[in-house]
Amino acid sequence: MSQVATHQRQKGMMVKQAGPLALIQDAGRFGVGHLGVTQGGAADWISFRWANWLLGNALNSAALEIVMGGGLSFETESEVRLALTGADLDAQLDGKPLAPNTSFKLLPGQRLVFRQPRQGLRAYLAFPGGLNAPEVLGSRACTAREQLGGLHEDGKPLKVGDRLTWKGAAPAARRIAEGQGPQMPASGYRLPIVLGSQIASFSGRALFQAFNQPWTVDNRADRMGIRLTGPALNGSLTGIISEGIPFGAVQVPPDGQPIVLMNDRQTIGGYPRLGALTPMACATLSQCLPGTKVWLTPISASQAQDDYRNQLTVWD
Amino acid sequence: MKPIIETAAMDALMVRLFDTIDETNMAWVIAADQALRSAFGPALIDLVPSYTTLLLHYDCQQMNHAKAFTLINQALSGLKPVDTQAGELHDIPVWYDESVGPELPLVAKRAGLSVKELIEQHCNHDYCVFALGFAPGYGFMGLVDESLATPRLKTPRRKVAAGSVGIADRQTAIYPLLSPGGWNILGRTNVPLFEHAKRGEPLFRPGDKVRFRAISRSEFAADGGDTTPMEERS
Repeated sequence: MSQVATHQRQKGMMVKQAGPLALIQDAGRFGVGHLGVTQGGAADWISFRWANWLLGNALNSAALEIVMGGGLSFETESEVRLALTGADLDAQLDGKPLAPNTSFKLLPGQRLVFRQPRQGLRAYLAFPGGLNAPEVLGSRACTAREQLGGLHEDGKPLKVGDRLTWKGAAPAARRIAEGQGPQMPASGYRLPIVLGSQIASFSGRALFQAFNQPWTVDNRADRMGIRLTGPALNGSLTGIISEGIPFGAVQVPPDGQPIVLMNDRQTIGGYPRLGALTPMACATLSQCLPGTKVWLTPISASQAQDDYRNQLTVWD
Repeated sequence: MKPIIETAAMDALMVRLFDTIDETNMAWVIAADQALRSAFGPALIDLVPSYTTLLLHYDCQQMNHAKAFTLINQALSGLKPVDTQAGELHDIPVWYDESVGPELPLVAKRAGLSVKELIEQHCNHDYCVFALGFAPGYGFMGLVDESLATPRLKTPRRKVAAGSVGIADRQTAIYPLLSPGGWNILGRTNVPLFEHAKRGEPLFRPGDKVRFRAISRSEFAADGGDTTPMEERS
């Protein structure tokens, strides 16, 4: 027991400065939607998986989702190899820039700092074997609104003085092949959407507008939903009897401006929907800074499933 | 009952059973929930029943849309409604007071009732739990008497205290934890809904019945209830 205790004490990383939002995330909380519990989980699940893959972790191991950067900094107490993927948040190790989509070694006393987004919005930092955090309803994902998950089981982001520990010891040091890793979206990106549910209630003109013009990612965007702005979409329905909301659902409230419902969405709701973005489109959208132009592009469910299954094979 | 199955997402289908909110629908929604859970087994990722629908999220590494459609149709053919008398009846003590239920006077005034009469009306009915959602353990219940129906607040509160009991149109519900919300708040209960949900055992299940019971401030406080007024929480 004392050996375990010593071992635990030796590996840790302290939060020296808290950024705007750094959350412990895994793939999310599944099988609990009927309790009213949201899915949660890494918003850019592709970058999240790559981060774990780089260390040879199970792909669902708990990691950090770091939004914006904003001075978030850590000091390590022990030598450790970490992996960093997703957005380029101008991360530096003792003042030296870190290359995106790689793993790197930290020595005791070294300081890791995340500054500001240069490309993308959310970076993922993976730890050997995954971060230690209590599991609630099958997941360690932080959902602030529900006060679930995270280090202190309150769903709150990291704060100064939090100490991170991890499960594993000596991780693999894999490399991502050229052109294979996560791609940060540029303006003009196409987001595949599977049409469904209330699609027939939208006017022909609204449907033409939905798919034949760019949408602007609004600054009203968080892990619950991301607003897109453009010409108002009109339909025959203003509200519907509340029903379950799938991941990526594109709902249209009475102001005609679509909202894409993301990982921390409420489980049921009452606005009509065009359909749902694919999981890959959601990952992309979660990396878009406000002002980014995106297009909604219809895709069949079967094509979307083929693309999804292909994506999963890259980590085999 | 003839279910309509719609595409909801890449790997999710919407099973639509009815088009109106009615207590008698719940016997079918619950039956469909049970049938779909057993038909999909490990291929089921999430199943979210609501008033008239069930959203089914399946594992698309195990099957495609066409197979899921077939499974749903098979599972629902010959469906029998469950016995809703089997639902539990929950007794929920509520401290109705303007300090923790700021819309008490507004709802009473709209209904042409005194506050005391309003409380009696709200307690004088077994409400059906139609769906769980919005927040962990939150139950959408109804239908409240038509005279009490009150639209949501024009501007939702940033913070509604945990345990707040409210009305929106003909629905009533309890906020399991501190959260934003636009319902008309009448009082507060000390029944721990969130703690139940956190353990994966919600207090309420669709088809259950809920009866509110008015208690005094001292009873509420003696039970450990938080008497902090609503406005100090917003």
